[in-house]
Amino acid sequence: MSDTAITTPPAGGAPRSSEISEAVIRIAGNSQDGIQAIGGFLARLAGRSEQEVMTFMTIPSTISGGPSIFQVRIGSGEVLSAGDEADVLLAFYQHSYDGHLASLKKHGIVLYDSDHVEPNAELQKDYNHVGIAISSLTVEAIGGTGKDKGKNIFSLGLLAKMFDLNVPKLEKLIGERFGGKDVSVLNNALTAFHAGYNHSLGHVIETFKFVEAERKTSSQVVMNGNEALAYGMIAAGVRFGAAYPITPWSDVMEIMRRELPKYGGTFIQCEDEIASVSMALGASYAGRVAVTGSSGPGISLKAEALGWGVMAEVPLVVINVQRGGPSTGLPTMVEQSDLNQAIYGSHGDSPRVVLAPADVEECFYLSIEAVNIARRYNVPVMILSDQAIATRIEAFDEPNLEKLCQDITPDLTPVEDYKPYDLNTPDGTVKRVVPGTQVKSGQYPIAGGLEHDEFGHPTGSPKLHALMNAKRRKKLQALAATLPAPKVYGPPEGSVLLVGWGSTRGPLQEAVDRARAAGDSVSSLHIKYINPLPPGLESIFSGFNHVLVVEMNDEGLYGYGQLGGLLRARFCDPKIRGLNKTDGLTFKVREILERAKANVTDAMHKL
Amino acid sequence: MSNTANLSPSETVASIPAAVPARKPLSKKEIASDHPTWCPGCGDFAVLALYFKLIEKRQLWQEKITTVSGIGCSSRFPYFVQAHGAHYIHGRALSFASGISLSRPDLHVFVFGGDGDAFSIGGNHFTHTARKNIKLTYVVMDNWVYGLTKKQTSPTSPLGFKSKTDTWGALDYPINPMKQAIAAGATFVARTTHSNPNHVLQMMEAASDHDGFSFIECLSECVEFYDGAFDASNPRKGGKFNLVPANHDVTDEQAAYKLADEAFPGYFGVFYKNNKPTKNAKEAAVSANAMEKLKGLKDWQVLQKTFDRMK
Repeated sequence: MSDTAITTPPAGGAPRSSEISEAVIRIAGNSQDGIQAIGGFLARLAGRSEQEVMTFMTIPSTISGGPSIFQVRIGSGEVLSAGDEADVLLAFYQHSYDGHLASLKKHGIVLYDSDHVEPNAELQKDYNHVGIAISSLTVEAIGGTGKDKGKNIFSLGLLAKMFDLNVPKLEKLIGERFGGKDVSVLNNALTAFHAGYNHSLGHVIETFKFVEAERKTSSQVVMNGNEALAYGMIAAGVRFGAAYPITPWSDVMEIMRRELPKYGGTFIQCEDEIASVSMALGASYAGRVAVTGSSGPGISLKAEALGWGVMAEVPLVVINVQRGGPSTGLPTMVEQSDLNQAIYGSHGDSPRVVLAPADVEECFYLSIEAVNIARRYNVPVMILSDQAIATRIEAFDEPNLEKLCQDITPDLTPVEDYKPYDLNTPDGTVKRVVPGTQVKSGQYPIAGGLEHDEFGHPTGSPKLHALMNAKRRKKLQALAATLPAPKVYGPPEGSVLLVGWGSTRGPLQEAVDRARAAGDSVSSLHIKYINPLPPGLESIFSGFNHVLVVEMNDEGLYGYGQLGGLLRARFCDPKIRGLNKTDGLTFKVREILERAKANVTDAMHKL
Repeated sequence: MSNTANLSPSETVASIPAAVPARKPLSKKEIASDHPTWCPGCGDFAVLALYFKLIEKRQLWQEKITTVSGIGCSSRFPYFVQAHGAHYIHGRALSFASGISLSRPDLHVFVFGGDGDAFSIGGNHFTHTARKNIKLTYVVMDNWVYGLTKKQTSPTSPLGFKSKTDTWGALDYPINPMKQAIAAGATFVARTTHSNPNHVLQMMEAASDHDGFSFIECLSECVEFYDGAFDASNPRKGGKFNLVPANHDVTDEQAAYKLADEAFPGYFGVFYKNNKPTKNAKEAAVSANAMEKLKGLKDWQVLQKTFDRMK
């Protein structure tokens, strides 16, 4: 956390205002309280104010009810993670207060609903307590019978006052959110908001004002990772998808189901995971790269079909929004334990592409890249997102849609002849000729799962099987040669290199910043292309004494985790070690640094 | 082309004589590909020959059709047809074919497969493709046995059928494909047998004319592992080929169900037909409606409108 964050203990007397550059606000309540809505408003407001923002949420896997939190970190500078400790805790219930006070920094502010929370007297000196009868004041303001309705918007008003947020912009956001409904709904929301805003915070605390953000380059869009994936697919020209609902993937399919018809496309909800991957493969085979997606258990069911995609060389994009496994596991929590499944989860030798976005913005751009790799190399491409990115809201520079949006309508111009599995192309790829295309030679392609000759017809020839296996492998090797070497964050040489993939990039880079500020020689490296790996890793690793692969998965039988195991196998380098955890939560910066220090010390002792 | 620049597309087509002479219908020679790998005497040969005949007779071009199958003896089908085709995985041919059908309205998709593909490993997909009424033609070559894997019990094997997995005779009650199809909501349900080629062709023609999910159960004898299974339906073997009674109302679901319940050899012909809107048409209507509101906007502009709301 930067020094300019809220650290000042409250002064007695009149509230005073101090300038801050960032704040971490944790809202704790139950899942039906609409706390995600408060977080969403704050995140969206930050995006509109050219501030950086990152959120983190946990939701119970029950249908209604159960404790839930939403944490939002807003900064005028770069925000890399959702923050280790909160500056302000908004607690709706006793369990929210009891369970989350420890996440508040010392002398931070706990704003609690005094209708439900009995504060702990012993903790009064450690944290600044502000009790407000949120529930009854909300009822007083808007009346009505819904006992908890509107208290989220009332609380938003309280926070707006505390952080001197831009009221007209918030009113506009509230209007956009509730504007489509009955006018009384919007009026109620605005009344609740103003009641909160005008309520006295008491005389014990100060208010804050964010320093003006540095960046004013372009406007920003605010969305979560699942939205970014769905819209990325649309920008990439994908017009067909099929899937089966599963947490935390479902909202990608809900968005595409709703949006694709606007573009002449459609997204089909299938009877099961196998039908959906099959339907998507059918559409892809018919000419335009299609998408399917799921979470771990569903991806397992799709594995056989993915093998067909590799064999028949039919492009496809598969999104896996990872959650905790194995089996039903931790449906609403985060884990990075499907990497091995993504690379190897099929039968036979079935090389395919695996990409992992590091943040919400990358979800958008990587979707387009995934589609283009699939088309170029005629291969299934897996995007490994995770629950943390899926639900995390970020603001990022608005993409240039006019430039980015692509049309991938298949070309049905008749061809003279066509060899779908030509063994003599430089990189093993051919441009696909799809159904609906006349082949004048009269020899038509068959896409099949049996090993085949160059026209797709079955063969039992041992030589052809070896050649075709090599062909399928060489396509990925050709792709690898085009990939950029990843860039080291921090100096390219030093003591410790933290290696990560997926949603851990932010916390890892923040860990590097913090370690270097304390004088430690730490850098980090983020791997976006998981399979094939990009070139240049070996020379990067040679610049460090310790290469710690930080992953949210189990250390495994041999102690290296999943990416760690892959890197060990690839580079045979004993200084590659794992730093793994499986508590279903994102890495805290402090946690990474403490674990890295212990790991290195331990390794030194063993020397 | 300069003199046609100001004409609308329809006028252009109408006023210029076709430059290319009308295409000759495809001959059997042009549409036949690999020699089938089936055993001599297999009923599947007849189905393939009649598919060729259908293509010839209906003047279907190779770029207008796609032939899809799953896994099994009969599912080798697409390799024997010289046209675009796919040999997909076991039991999932219908889902794969649905992806083609829903994304490519210009193609007619024909799916061929066996009883294991349709009613065992792919049973779920059969039900849902039927209920969604996805436009395609599905011909199940039912031989009451697993042939490719050499004589195991199939979901349509009759009780008591001795196979390698039921040496004492099949214990499980067989599936009745016709009842299954009607109950699942299939909008065209017909039954035929390989031993009556003219009838097979009639059913194929009627199925391909149907706008919706058209299903044909075609008895197709496995001479290797279930010789004589369908003799009772074959007049040449002393059996009886009963056409669906002339007074049968194909729109009457209950009557169709009753026909399907008849003991073997039962009836042959169209049991049920219903012209309800297809999934293809419904999805297209949703899309047309959504696009109407955004008329004149390019795709990127539609997405921009969405992004503008996320600022």
